[in-house]
Amino acid sequence: MNDMTRVERTVNSKDIKINAKKVQVYYGDTHAIKDVSVEIEDKTVTAFIGPSGCGKSTFLRCLNRMNDTIDICRVEGDILLDGEDIYDKRVDPVQLRAKVGMVFQKPNPFPKSIYDNVAYGPRIHGLAKNKAELDEIVEKSLRRGAIWDEVKDRLDAPGTGLSGGQQQRLCIARAVATEPEVLLMDEPCSALDPIATAQVEELIDELRSRYSVVIVTHSMQQAARVSQKTAFFHLGNLVEFGETGQIFTNPVDPRTESYITGRIG
Amino acid sequence: MTDASMQSPETGHRSVSLTVADAHTKKRANAEKRFRAYGIVAIATGLFFLIVLFASILSQGIPAFQRTVVSVDFTLSAAQRDEAESTLFKTKAYSNLFIAQLSKELEDQGISVDFDEAAIERLLGKIGGTIRTYYADNPGKLGDPVKFDLAASSRVDGYFKGRVSRDTLQDSRFLQLSDLDLVDALKQAGIIKQAFNWPFITGADSGVDNPGGAGIGASVIGSFFMMLVVLGLSLPIGVAASIYLEEFAPQNRFTDLIEVNISNLAAVPSIVFGILGLAVFIQFMHLPQSAPLVGGLVLTLMTLPTIIISTRASLKAVPPSIRDAALGVGASKMQAVFHHVLPLAAPGILTGTIIGLAQALGETAPLLLIGMVGFVARGYPDGFLAGFTEPNSAMPAQIYTWAARADVGFYEKAWGGIIILLMFLLTMNIIAIILRRRFERRW
Repeated sequence: MNDMTRVERTVNSKDIKINAKKVQVYYGDTHAIKDVSVEIEDKTVTAFIGPSGCGKSTFLRCLNRMNDTIDICRVEGDILLDGEDIYDKRVDPVQLRAKVGMVFQKPNPFPKSIYDNVAYGPRIHGLAKNKAELDEIVEKSLRRGAIWDEVKDRLDAPGTGLSGGQQQRLCIARAVATEPEVLLMDEPCSALDPIATAQVEELIDELRSRYSVVIVTHSMQQAARVSQKTAFFHLGNLVEFGETGQIFTNPVDPRTESYITGRIG
Repeated sequence: MTDASMQSPETGHRSVSLTVADAHTKKRANAEKRFRAYGIVAIATGLFFLIVLFASILSQGIPAFQRTVVSVDFTLSAAQRDEAESTLFKTKAYSNLFIAQLSKELEDQGISVDFDEAAIERLLGKIGGTIRTYYADNPGKLGDPVKFDLAASSRVDGYFKGRVSRDTLQDSRFLQLSDLDLVDALKQAGIIKQAFNWPFITGADSGVDNPGGAGIGASVIGSFFMMLVVLGLSLPIGVAASIYLEEFAPQNRFTDLIEVNISNLAAVPSIVFGILGLAVFIQFMHLPQSAPLVGGLVLTLMTLPTIIISTRASLKAVPPSIRDAALGVGASKMQAVFHHVLPLAAPGILTGTIIGLAQALGETAPLLLIGMVGFVARGYPDGFLAGFTEPNSAMPAQIYTWAARADVGFYEKAWGGIIILLMFLLTMNIIAIILRRRFERRW
């Protein structure tokens, strides 16, 4: 609880980064996301919580159009990033994903060296003019991923040879290397042990100073620890969205209360 | 509680020793033993037939790698050459000179045997021409002793290998009983002997009455050019088709239909592809008959489904998380495929391709239909391009041709050809296994 009050105080930016309005998602005939509207603030950690299958991951994947890769998936409604509709026909999802980075549930480093893992994004987006600049980006990103000290001596070693927690921090470093404005995290700690989880959570709190972070999590404690805003999803509906402290201490909706006290889920 | 535990023996929970198997367990154990026995019998049967196959191939085929040669030291002076060239029947003059030298050599060793020019011709063919051509090409060798390795005729070869014996030999224009006395005498003198049959590996096919001169070399070249065509066409087309179907194509009825058709194509009998090739490539497109280019095109059609199926399987085996990771950092779909998915699938694709090629290398039926049984009498196609368009044969088609010929001498050639074909296939499969082992990635 002390944690929560601390993070609450540090909310200082109120710019709206992503504005989702009446978003509907269909998987074939299944209506997976029903009428979700949410405003995600800049330089804030927003947590999506809810029971399994409630649509929180689906909604997260809408924010950088990762659902485009699923043929039967259909998205309706508006999602505005800095006031621009990301589902506009003129928007190239590739450009969008450079702005909205993503970290996945299972650590998924490329089976390449640690250096190449981080350098891949900057390379394809042409962020570095020469090797020296690229080296700099890699070092900076690995530092932001809080893994530099552990891997600086073995950048040529394969990324898949790291431990699970290190792999996930490497993936975070890879995601921040392209200088995104929003970082989406889909249950980033579900495959990690408590120590690695603590490291990643600490990292998320640091990332907040530069990025807007959206994190999907199954762990309510984690949501309470790292986020300033929390959205509770249930059966495809956004039940409640508000300050994390308020959601966990004084929920408005009875379903939210049932979930956080462990009665549904 | 106490009651319950005391009653338990009566309520069916008998305490049975674990060291004694009950009836049910015994039954299951026996079933397991029987199943193992069936498995061992099945494997043993397979191995037995494999051993029989290999033993028969090796025992029948190895003689093809041996040939019988008459090696004679022969010296021709410039004067003798001029004299021979001035006669009317020039090759006959050379032939007589050779016979004189051979008689002298036999006499020196104290072996006496009667033979005439006709006998020598039955043993060695028309040698005068061979000698004359040699000295015409190498005039510098005049006056020096030259060792001639002259191939003995197929029946003499058969006499050495046990195919022909004194009891079974009937006098014919090919070989007479009296010739065998000469052969024995030459053998005693160490003039006639068995040697490794290089011409079989490097040479071209021969006429139907000269099995001794037949070689598989020309058809190895034919197969090589066909494989170049197959590799050059089926690998890029197959890989491109698989990548599109696996990574880009929408899932709908049409792509389902294509998928079913590709699977069906893999099961189409090869002779159907032969008919198709005959109708389309030769009759409609007027490509040259018997050319490795056409053979390669037909085999490409056959190999494509194999390559597509194995490539798609290896693309499927790449975890989707790798694609997500690439897309997540803003790679385009094509970048994700070419930078990450394809390198991971490459060993599987290579293995599939090599196995497809090995299948194509051993394919016979479609080649017979498009006439890949071209007779290359001497030499090889001249130049690289001609290798694709000049008539040639392929290894399996050549083996089929030999097996179909009347002269028993070709029988052994067919087996020998099978050994060479199997060696190629074995090499390719070993390469496939090595590639798979070396590049297999785990993550």
